[in-house]
Amino acid sequence: MPPTPCALCHTNRALILRPKDHSKLCKTCFITVFETEIHHTITTNALFARGEKIAIGASGGKDSTVLASVLKTLNERYDYGLDLILLSIDEGIKGYRDDSLETVKRNAEQYGMELTILGYDELYGWTMDQVVEQVGKKGNCTYCGVFRRQALDRGAARLGVKHVVTGHNADDVAETVLMNLLRGDLPRLSRTTSIITSTPSASSDPASNTNIKRSKPLKYAYEKEIVLYAHHKNLDYFSTECIYSPEAFRGSARALIKNLERVRPSAILDVVRSGEDMAKLVPGSDEGCGGTCSSNRPVAEEEEGGCGSAAGRTVGGDMASVEKQLAQNETATNNDLEVEITSPRPSTKNGAVPLSNGKKAKKGITPKKTNKQVMGQCKRCGYLSSQEVCKACVLLEGLNKARPKNKIEVGYDVQELQQRDQGVDGVADAMQQTSIGGE
Amino acid sequence: MSDDASVAITTEFSGGLEILFGNQKKYSLSVPANDEFGAPANVAFLVRYLCDKVMKDPRKELFVLDDTVRPGILVLINEADWELEGEAKYELQKNDHIMFVSTLHGG
Ligand SMILES: [Zn+2]
Ligand SMILES: [Zn+2]
Repeated sequence: MPPTPCALCHTNRALILRPKDHSKLCKTCFITVFETEIHHTITTNALFARGEKIAIGASGGKDSTVLASVLKTLNERYDYGLDLILLSIDEGIKGYRDDSLETVKRNAEQYGMELTILGYDELYGWTMDQVVEQVGKKGNCTYCGVFRRQALDRGAARLGVKHVVTGHNADDVAETVLMNLLRGDLPRLSRTTSIITSTPSASSDPASNTNIKRSKPLKYAYEKEIVLYAHHKNLDYFSTECIYSPEAFRGSARALIKNLERVRPSAILDVVRSGEDMAKLVPGSDEGCGGTCSSNRPVAEEEEGGCGSAAGRTVGGDMASVEKQLAQNETATNNDLEVEITSPRPSTKNGAVPLSNGKKAKKGITPKKTNKQVMGQCKRCGYLSSQEVCKACVLLEGLNKARPKNKIEVGYDVQELQQRDQGVDGVADAMQQTSIGGE
Repeated sequence: MSDDASVAITTEFSGGLEILFGNQKKYSLSVPANDEFGAPANVAFLVRYLCDKVMKDPRKELFVLDDTVRPGILVLINEADWELEGEAKYELQKNDHIMFVSTLHGG
């Protein structure tokens, strides 16, 4: 085939076929267009304010590395006036984060950004290795997942940063939309499609109750283009062992997305936009945000990933590579976790949040009783929680009292829920470990 | 054309895919110039060849699915998207650089 010329400059050889519109671009034009589109996302959604200090949740993976690189470029090009820093979480598993943290350290140098690495030991008083020592190998993923969900927010609060950006991309969002659609969980769908969410303070002092804002500047960026951007810009990122599991529900949703993309590349963004449109139709609650959120933006998922998308997705796989023989245990554990995370729990146990866009809902639609939930804050740590004391604090209490049986109680609760809500499909979710910190 | 004719190319695996190939990113290969049916070797043949001869990991399905490169793995032929080059039907040329980049791996 003769080389195709770039559709924009008509000079250079086209190297990239854009999934969203089939346009053929050269390397230089692609990089410019990719950055410009993210700038557009940032400005049309008013993600940032001049002078704002922003922590980039950095795992060393492709998404957060591209996010850091692009934000640095745009901050300089368009004079956003942002103070960008990198925030990484170290679970404290010997050997597990070594390579990715080394990558993040190099990124900090490359981008001239301040880097803070916070360990679970600093945030919770326990490293994962210590947790494993205490509770044994089975069940430790429960701790890791629960801690991870709050880690970035707690870390940001500790640094006095009120805005955390994560590397969630269009594929991540599309996957989550599909999963929630397949589960019939529209309230969750609504929350997860939002580009900005906020979390009540994760500070240990409930008095300093400033909201932590979360946003996803790469929400409309294709994973394919993120990887191509990293490749063509020679970015330094780290990849872990593939955790793609054919049986996993999320894995299936992912595979579906990737298959659709091959047949009709625009499908990914179409799913994202459909998710947004459906979210507008979800009956919200007129009670606002249960008093925890002053703005009109959705409250972040209690279970939202804590470490950037990719890192979140790989928890299970990495644990497996750390302890290969744990594979079976993990399956069981993560099955539990998945259920715990996603079950539309009946009535009072329900962990969902009122929606912000209730006013847009048509009058004729009566919100289902079960979907009206008030999300409060943990009495101990001030973190978003449907219970008086959040899961992390419950787990910590158990650890601190040297009461390893705690995990068994959690497991029981969860299994019961599984039977109730998941039925046969629970098996399909067994490998759901990948979603622990995902979205 | 004789059966022992071969094409010298380089392949590269990244984005985590190298894990399936003995943690080695770059390979210089001499690939048979013709496939099993005597047709000029193309990318489809290269993928089969990599699976049979180069891949160390038994989990072939992480690289190939339904006889083609698994969706989510990008193929770059001399830096260009393989969609721009005829995808699997692209016929290998001497000194080609064929790169496989996974988008499926996390960080
Ligand atoms: Zn161009
Ligand atoms: Zn708490």
